[in-house]
Amino acid sequence: MPFPYRTGFTQFLRGASKVKKVFTRPMSLKDTPFHYCPGCGHSIIHRLVAEVIDELGIREKTIGVPPAGCAVLAYNYFDVDMAEAPHGRAAAVATGIKRVLPDKLVFTYQGDGDIAAIGTAETIHAANRGERITAVFVNNAVYGMTGGQMAPTTITGQVTTTSPGGRVPLRDGYPLDLSEMLGIAAGSVYIERTSVTTPKGIMKTRKALKKAFMVQMEDKGFALVEILSPCPTNWKMSPAQAVRWVDEVMTKTFPLKVIKDVA
Amino acid sequence: MAGKVLMRGTHVLGEAAIRAGCRAYFGYPITPQNELPEYMAAAFAKMEGAVFLQAESELASINMVMGASIAGARVMTSSSSPGISLKQEGISYLAAMELPAVIVNMMRGGPGLGNIAPSQGDYFQATKGGGHGDYRVIVLAPAYGQEIADMTRAAFDMADKYRTPVMILGDGMMGQMMEPVVFPEPLDPASFPKKDFVLDGCQGRPSRIVRSLWLDTNLEEELNWRLVRKYEIITEEIPDEEIYLADDAEVIVVAYGTAARIAKGGVHRAREAGQKIGLFRPKTLWPFPYEPLKRLSRKIRHMVVFEMSTGQMVEDVRLAVEGRCDVSFYGRPGGVVATPEEIARVLSGVYRRLDHGRGAAAESGHTFRSVGSA
Ligand SMILES: Cc1ncc(C[n+]2csc(CCOP(=O)(O)OP(=O)(O)O)c2C)c(N)n1
Ligand code: SF4
Ligand SMILES: [Mg+2]
Repeated sequence: MPFPYRTGFTQFLRGASKVKKVFTRPMSLKDTPFHYCPGCGHSIIHRLVAEVIDELGIREKTIGVPPAGCAVLAYNYFDVDMAEAPHGRAAAVATGIKRVLPDKLVFTYQGDGDIAAIGTAETIHAANRGERITAVFVNNAVYGMTGGQMAPTTITGQVTTTSPGGRVPLRDGYPLDLSEMLGIAAGSVYIERTSVTTPKGIMKTRKALKKAFMVQMEDKGFALVEILSPCPTNWKMSPAQAVRWVDEVMTKTFPLKVIKDVA
Repeated sequence: MAGKVLMRGTHVLGEAAIRAGCRAYFGYPITPQNELPEYMAAAFAKMEGAVFLQAESELASINMVMGASIAGARVMTSSSSPGISLKQEGISYLAAMELPAVIVNMMRGGPGLGNIAPSQGDYFQATKGGGHGDYRVIVLAPAYGQEIADMTRAAFDMADKYRTPVMILGDGMMGQMMEPVVFPEPLDPASFPKKDFVLDGCQGRPSRIVRSLWLDTNLEEELNWRLVRKYEIITEEIPDEEIYLADDAEVIVVAYGTAARIAKGGVHRAREAGQKIGLFRPKTLWPFPYEPLKRLSRKIRHMVVFEMSTGQMVEDVRLAVEGRCDVSFYGRPGGVVATPEEIARVLSGVYRRLDHGRGAAAESGHTFRSVGSA
């Protein structure tokens, strides 16, 4: 998807006499094609994270912690030091790294099942300790990697392979609003929910990610960006339908907003 | 702290860890080992750059250990039985990722919540896996305060040398007991050679990955065989044991840790009564010292395995003995601590019956069964 990058575009206009590169692979991404499904939000989010790392000039002092989930192979794409965490434990692994290397920048990259089900405890306590890490929380309302089972963030009525008649809250639980919960934790500094379904949403996500890294660079506390992300494959939709579903349906349960900002 | 000092086991372990260059500790409170994290917290509070963190669970703490190890630190966690169960996930990952770490288990009565009394019910868990997958953990079993100090130093060295998790397996009694100890000279972590797997940002080098997922089955198989080759080297290099009064012995008691100290008391009493009884004490539980025990089994007639459990190490003893002599088991599980007199009675009973048929009869009230014979 060609994004309308403002800086790149004006550069292009200014340098019209010479051929200028206006869209290139971020340094923090390896030259490896993504394995993600067509229309998957993970690819866009990877690129945004890499761009932000480049822009902040922190590639050589960043350590990433990918999850168990569709993004488990993120280390094949990010050209920074990467440590794979057990399912749900990214915040704890990141804590261990950051405590030993407080001058480095540590980010986790986690799905909704990873961060809001099996890893809820690790996440809440990392936030509450004001752990100086940046969490990238990719909410696609399902367990993508394992084949589309119900996730903590599956919305009421949503059909998944383990909620075949739709999610029924008093049987399956309500969709969990982890970001709001983390906002209550005194150690969290900045929490925003964005989406990557429109150019504007993508730019907002990029900005939010940059801020979430800067909060860490300024040693302020825990920062998290929750990104609503299409999973056409498990939603059984076309990429275009999936984008529309995020905008029209998913955002009703998970409204896009700054949840906390005391940075 | 030069010369001999009198300290309890948990504090000995903490001091020895710090002297081994340990600068990161993550844990969660559980009796009977709380004096160890408390020692680390107090000491690290005074040390620049040292990390003490009380985690929200054992699950979190072992994963913090993973992170600290990835970041290059000599790192330790400690717990007691129920907490060690929670750590098993992380231990499997540490083994798979070939990350050094030291894990202390001060065993208590179990299963379940059990109690807080000293026990040895976690032998299987420690030596036969515990977590999922094909892996081993080096398991060191100190019995004396001085050994706690020496083995803790060794544990950190082995963890780094072999890039593998190492467990120190003790029990609540050992943790509480005050004993005189001489510590080795402290090491300066700044003097350690740089580890080539550490993630500290890819400045001036290609980026690195620490992982345990190998979707390509050939690569996962390769990892498994690489681990096996490493385990073979460890099995050659580190098995260790104490053999005591065995030269003329006809009966040998096999025990480790606190049980071995009690058993030694039993041996002394039996010797006073003129009975030729000795002791075999494994100091490494994995790798188990099969070879020396095998050699011993050729010249003695009966082995009594004494454990503070219902019988776990006895299976390794039988593997070593392979039917060359009788093997019986005497166990006091559930946190009960046997007395040396009690063990002396058991050993003397076996000794007296040597010429009256094989095996030994049950001593009233306790499990005492013959679990294998030639
Ligand atoms: C302990 C453990 N339990 C279960 C799994 C299987 N598993 C792998 S990823 C995953 C859920 C992935 O969902 P999510 O975190 O939402 O990420 P997504 O794939 O949707 O990006 C599960 C259940 C595992 N790897 N480890
Ligand atoms: S299953 Fe869903 S989350 Fe996973 S790669 Fe495909 S679209 Fe993306
Ligand atoms: Mg998901």
